[in-house]
Parts: sequence; C-alpha cells; structure tokens
Amino acid sequence: MSGLRVLVGCKRVIDYAVKIRVRPDSLGVVTDGVKHSMNPFDENAIEEAVRMKQKKIVKEIVVASCGPSQSQETIRTALAMGADRGIHVEVPAGTDADLQPLAVAKIFSKLVEKEKPDLVILGKQAIDDDANQTTQLLAGMLDWPQGTMASVVNAADGRLTITREIDGGLEDISVSLPAVISADLRLNEPRYATLPNIMKAKKKKIEKMTPENLGVDITPRLKILNVVDPPVRQAGEKVPDVSTLMEKLKEKGHL
Amino acid sequence: MASHCNLRRSVIQLYKELQFMGREYPAGADYFNKKCKAAFLKNKDEKDPEKIEMLINRGRFVQKEIEALYSLRKYRAMKQRYYDKDEMDKQSKKIENFIKQL
Repeated sequence: MSGLRVLVGCKRVIDYAVKIRVRPDSLGVVTDGVKHSMNPFDENAIEEAVRMKQKKIVKEIVVASCGPSQSQETIRTALAMGADRGIHVEVPAGTDADLQPLAVAKIFSKLVEKEKPDLVILGKQAIDDDANQTTQLLAGMLDWPQGTMASVVNAADGRLTITREIDGGLEDISVSLPAVISADLRLNEPRYATLPNIMKAKKKKIEKMTPENLGVDITPRLKILNVVDPPVRQAGEKVPDVSTLMEKLKEKGHL
Repeated sequence: MASHCNLRRSVIQLYKELQFMGREYPAGADYFNKKCKAAFLKNKDEKDPEKIEMLINRGRFVQKEIEALYSLRKYRAMKQRYYDKDEMDKQSKKIENFIKQL
C-alpha cells in the first residue's frame, strides 16, 4: 500500500500555557492579544501523517484549517512540520468563535469531495471548546469508517489497524480505506517546527477559500448561554498538633 | 578563509534560531534571550576554528534540550488536563481489586 493522499485538519486555539480569562459579558473567553498556537492534538495528527509519508505509505499531505486570517500561521507551522500544501477556509474574525463542529465537519466533507483524499486525520478534540465531535460528524457525513482516539495506527494490505484509547483500556480495530481517524495524545511525539523549516514552508502553497465558495452554511445552531470560571479551590487550614489533625480527620470521616 | 565564512554564517544562524526558540521559553522570552546573548558575547573573541566548532555543537545540543523541554511541558500539561483523573481512577480501582483479593 502506497501513494495515499491524506487530508489533515488543524485548528488555531489559545495556547495551552495561557491563563484563560472569561469575557466580562460571560459569553466567551478573552482572545484579543492572547497568544495562539496550533491545537496540540492536531500536532499529533500532522506528525502521524508526516511519519506515514516517511514510511512511503503516503504520497501527499494536505493540511486544512478553518478560521480567521491568522489561521494561516497555524497552517504554516503544519507545513513546516512536513505537510505539502495548505487550504485555508477563511471565516471572518469575530465569528470564528461561533464556528461549531457541525459547520467544520460540513466544510471538511466539501474539501474531501474536492481533494479526494484516501484518509482524513484530525485531532481528537480542540483544547478550546473540547467538543470531540468533528471526526465523528465527518465520518457520518462521508459514510466512511472512523477510528477515533487512535494511539497506534498501522497500515497493511489496504487496511488500517488502529489501537483506540477507550475507557478502561485499549481497543484494536481494523478499518478499510477511505477512513477518518482522530489522533490521541499518545499517538506520537510531534516534532518542533524549526525556524529554517518555517522559512522553507513559506514557499509552499496555501489555497484560500470561504465557506460560501464551498456552499456551506456556517450559522451556529447552538447558542452559548453562559461561560463561567471553574470554582476556586478553597484555602486549607493549619493545625497546631497531631491530635487536632486526627480529630479533624475523624470529623470529616477520613479515618 | 572559506571555512571562516562558513563558521561565521553558522554562528549567526544558530543565534537566530535560538532567539526564535526563546519566544516560547517558560520563564519568558526576555529572560532567555538575554542569557543567550550573554553566552554568545562571552565567546565573541574566540579565534580558534576548532573551538568555535565545539561551541556551535554545544549550541546545537542546547537547541535539542529546549525542544525536548517544550514538548515534554506540553505533553505534561495535556496529560494533567485530560488524563490524570482517569489514571487516578484506574489506580484506585487496581488497589480496590487488590484489597478484595486479600
């Protein structure tokens, strides 16, 4: 099996190291002037595609992202990691936070129609909305088999063997191609996009599209009612000696 | 002379790459970039090509270390956010089963 074409999805999200702040209107989080980077699970997805290319299973890697114009930087990072070309589906800034998994899955199913890949690899979820829906929706729309939360992917005889991370253990499944896969954290260790590679990636092509071009309606179907901070951890208490500590523990039923 | 030019180029290249990597440094880009600059300035008068080569290799080693630091930091953050609770549950279940067997 060789010469597959892969479509990989990546999302631009608020960097994992940034402290998230809720917007004063409590309908979202503050994104202005906040450092963004590629969704860590999407890095796993791209890394897997690149490794498959190095093993000569894959011929071409196309990376696609839906989002505002800054999403191009995310695509650029993916190209620096080893993807061949990019597709940027531009969603006007401001409405990008409303872009929901259903709309993204619809956009991707149109891209699949256009690009005719043999395999789609996505991150299992984005660290901003944690929806974990796009892969499943896309597989449903395309009527392709799906291997979600993959921690090992092996290709042989025109099929893929996928080890999935499920509650309480691992599950091995075998799927035929074309298929949709979502990458879990333990699938691989993503490589670092070095400066020289980022410079080289500037020569690779990024095609621009809009949801209207693709004939996809991205009006949100879900309405966000309220966004709140997680509860703050309560302060502890100092005890003067061991006997008080034992008493307190007994009181709370820990002993 | 040619090798001298090459060395000069790779030193500049190394410096640029390190400054770029510094942007993500946990203690802040300023902190890292200042230290990085100081380290380069300390050896600015080095003339021996062999020694320069050695210093460049040391720089490359530092680069690898920083890359490892970043990926480990990200992996740990993700694991803590999404997996550690499950892991804890698994562990406690294991212990429960163990106790039952006793």
